[in-house]
Amino acid sequence: MIPEAGRTKTTHLFFGPQHPGVTGNMSVEMWFDGDEITKAVTHVGYLHRGFEKLMERRLWIQNFPLVCRICVPEPDINEECYAMAVETLAGITVPERAKWIRTMVLELARLGTNLMVFGGQGGTIGMGTAAMWGITLRDFVLDLFEELTGGRVYHMYIIPGGVRRDLPEGFGRRMISTLDSIAERLPEMDRLILNNAVFKDRTIGVGMVDPAWVDELGLVGPVARGSGSGRDVRKDDPYEAYAHLDFQVIYETGNDIYSRTVMRRREIDLSISLLRQILENMPEGPVSTRLPNLTQWKVPPGEVYARLESSRGEYGYYVVSDGGTRPRRVHVRGPSYVHATALLERMLVGANIADVSNIMVSLTTCPPEIER
Amino acid sequence: MRFTDIFSPFLAWTRASKKADTIPYPYKDNPGSDRYRGFHKNDIEKCIGCGRCHDICQNEAIDMVKVADADPEKGDSKLRPMVDYGRCCWCALCIDVCSTGSLSMSNTYSWSTFNADTCKYVPGVDSRTWDDSEKGYRQDNEILGWAGSPRVPMTVLTPEERIKGFEEVVKGYSMAEAVVEASRCIRCGLCVTACPTHMHIPEYIAAITSGDIEEAVKLFYDNNPLPEMCGKVCTRQCETVCAMGYQGEAIAIRWLKRFACENFESLSEVLGTDLEPVASGKGTVAVIGAGPAGLSASYYLARMGCDVHVFEADDEGGGVAQHAIPEYRLPASGYAKQMEVFEKAGVNFHYGKPVTPGKFRKLMKKYDAVFAAPGLQRSSDLRMEGADLPGVLHALYFLKDDPDKKNHDLGDTVLVIGGGNVAMDTARTSRRLGCRVIVSYRRRIEDMPADDEEINEAMEEGIDFRPQTIPARIEKTSTGLRYVYFKAVMVEDPDGGRPKPVKESDEEYHLDVNTIFLAIGQAPSLDFLPLEVASTLKTRWGLIEVDENQFTGVENIYAGGDVTPGAGDVVTAVADGVRAAKAIFRKVNRNG
Repeated sequence: MIPEAGRTKTTHLFFGPQHPGVTGNMSVEMWFDGDEITKAVTHVGYLHRGFEKLMERRLWIQNFPLVCRICVPEPDINEECYAMAVETLAGITVPERAKWIRTMVLELARLGTNLMVFGGQGGTIGMGTAAMWGITLRDFVLDLFEELTGGRVYHMYIIPGGVRRDLPEGFGRRMISTLDSIAERLPEMDRLILNNAVFKDRTIGVGMVDPAWVDELGLVGPVARGSGSGRDVRKDDPYEAYAHLDFQVIYETGNDIYSRTVMRRREIDLSISLLRQILENMPEGPVSTRLPNLTQWKVPPGEVYARLESSRGEYGYYVVSDGGTRPRRVHVRGPSYVHATALLERMLVGANIADVSNIMVSLTTCPPEIER
Repeated sequence: MRFTDIFSPFLAWTRASKKADTIPYPYKDNPGSDRYRGFHKNDIEKCIGCGRCHDICQNEAIDMVKVADADPEKGDSKLRPMVDYGRCCWCALCIDVCSTGSLSMSNTYSWSTFNADTCKYVPGVDSRTWDDSEKGYRQDNEILGWAGSPRVPMTVLTPEERIKGFEEVVKGYSMAEAVVEASRCIRCGLCVTACPTHMHIPEYIAAITSGDIEEAVKLFYDNNPLPEMCGKVCTRQCETVCAMGYQGEAIAIRWLKRFACENFESLSEVLGTDLEPVASGKGTVAVIGAGPAGLSASYYLARMGCDVHVFEADDEGGGVAQHAIPEYRLPASGYAKQMEVFEKAGVNFHYGKPVTPGKFRKLMKKYDAVFAAPGLQRSSDLRMEGADLPGVLHALYFLKDDPDKKNHDLGDTVLVIGGGNVAMDTARTSRRLGCRVIVSYRRRIEDMPADDEEINEAMEEGIDFRPQTIPARIEKTSTGLRYVYFKAVMVEDPDGGRPKPVKESDEEYHLDVNTIFLAIGQAPSLDFLPLEVASTLKTRWGLIEVDENQFTGVENIYAGGDVTPGAGDVVTAVADGVRAAKAIFRKVNRNG
């Protein structure tokens, strides 16, 4: 949409990298006519910490405390991907109970993230209370993580071979009580966010993702599922204990921010249901397989792609071993690689400037997984 | 959009009347969970300074530092971890791999200070408020097994197979087994502190891990010229301090050494140019005795360019270690292979040449220095009625007389008096000759000086142990011998020594046997020394006292091995030889 000559001039604005409305450190360079964006270019590179290169310099075991730092709200997906990849390469069998505990950890992490993003979606249009409530509910999940793993944010719990510790005594009971209290408060959040005239006005029909783009751009996760797609690695390629759980892939067909928000809200319910199922069916047994001497552990040569469904969609690690004590190459592939660049640039054209962060949160763009 | 959507958000105000979820810190504390990964703690007495935490730390946040100027000792580097909280990421890998389990974390996560330098401290040494914290992350080796693992099992003959003959009990590791076992080593090097000759243990284990067995053999010879012998019968003080032994099993250091040596037909070929002299040393040295100490000294003197002559009373070298230890523990097959190395290194051997006082005087004149390592040739006598009866034999002489080859008639039942390795060797040898064997020892089984391994294997072979038995006398009977003894009780030594056996009562017990072996110790014989030397030497309990350079105090005379006070095992003798070689080389070349 090129402005007509002489009528207005195009304004040029950098949004981010340091801006509370931007998810993480990335910037969007925008040109707009009035308050309508005519062109958007995304810039990443502000958050590059060289994770992939660092991993090549560390022993196989030393990487699990490192990888979780790629994603603050949902660190466990990195630990899980890395562990799955190393286990495949090294031919390690994970005990059954460890698989269930891992699934539980992944669902708890998804629940925490979705609570934060659900509240945060309201926050982007000025509803601070919603954002705070989301953070509060997530903190209840973090309390569980603290008890289980010894850390609130970076759990460093899933290791190649299993998990680091068994569930503490009475953990299941306390988890159920936390899940109950979260479920009890969710209707309050619904009234505040989903049944809100302002929110509906700002999100219905805004930030449209054309279902045709799903295949064209390779969209995954809630972004794809908000546009009618049924993509979900948990169902398509079940890992850990997901094959034993009873659930249906959730999707919405509205293609807009509202649909994606509703989709996330339903994901929260799904996570709670899955967590209850996991706790009921978790088998007894060991939680870890014995690894060789950690400082001299050599993983047989080979390459492997390990993937799982994160709260943002398919998340994968490509790991190459040359048979040494350290990985030869680790490649981290997060869904934001597409969502926060190609898709965002396309969606922003024609959007209102006030909706930029609204759109970004609805895509849960996460710069750390673009620049590892 | 529904009409209610305009009003429903205002229901958020109902929250205003409810209790806040926020914790009003600092009015209300929020302690970390039971498993919280907070600031480090270290049980400083339990810590051995192996440095495993330092090696595993991915952020290089841990430095091993010297505390209170303590010097390293056997099995403890006296270094302790210092944690830099500017680098620590609280992953607790250090806790999970801690070989002794001394390191842990408290559940304290906040700490304010005006001095940033105090954020780098030695847990357990620098006191902190959380030192007594009961909660926090603790190691659980049951789950992970990162702090200690089991060793690769060694193939051994079953007790039933063993007693059929003199076949070697231990079968040795295969290449694959050795590599797996070697890869368990964490390379802390604490073993080196315990090895009398300070062998390059982590280095040669690393060489075995990478499959470079030749390199391992070369490393052995750097300070031990009898690696195959040590690989089979060493008392392995290294393994007793192995960091992996605290929560798992010590690395099989001895078996790895054995594996590396057995891997080659010829050790001198492996050493190759390593056998050429490394220095152009001058001087001539006479070595008395071709046992481990004499061989060790002669090898290193020859390598340093000295002209070395070894005088041995027997027809072969190797000493009592080679010739009295039975075939099933130390087969003769490795003997020639090891001796070839000494000959290739240029050591001159004179076998069948016992040294007399006159000969000793000549040696002192002819050579620049004399190293006396004659060992302990005499078996101690038991001063007891009947100890001189026929059928009462000295175990040491029996073992030296090739019992596996010669036909010794011991009768049906054999009694061995003693609890050392010689007693075990005699008992097990007699068992292999088809006898029923009883071992009589004054103290308890746990007090026996023999290796635990020897005692256990002897028990497996069906040897009857009679601990806490005090010999009274031996009587002759029509069928053989009657061993009369008292039962003993252990009494604490008021001076703090080990408990002493005391007669329980005057009640006598007896055993009817055919042969009795005395294995109550060996004694030196200093008859070879001329009077003028013997009178100036310092001796204790008949053993020659030496300084840290094996110097006797008499000009140009050095001594080592069993004839000097020490542990009395092969590796200690080897270490004596290494030290003597260095001292003699320095002395001879300074004068020359």
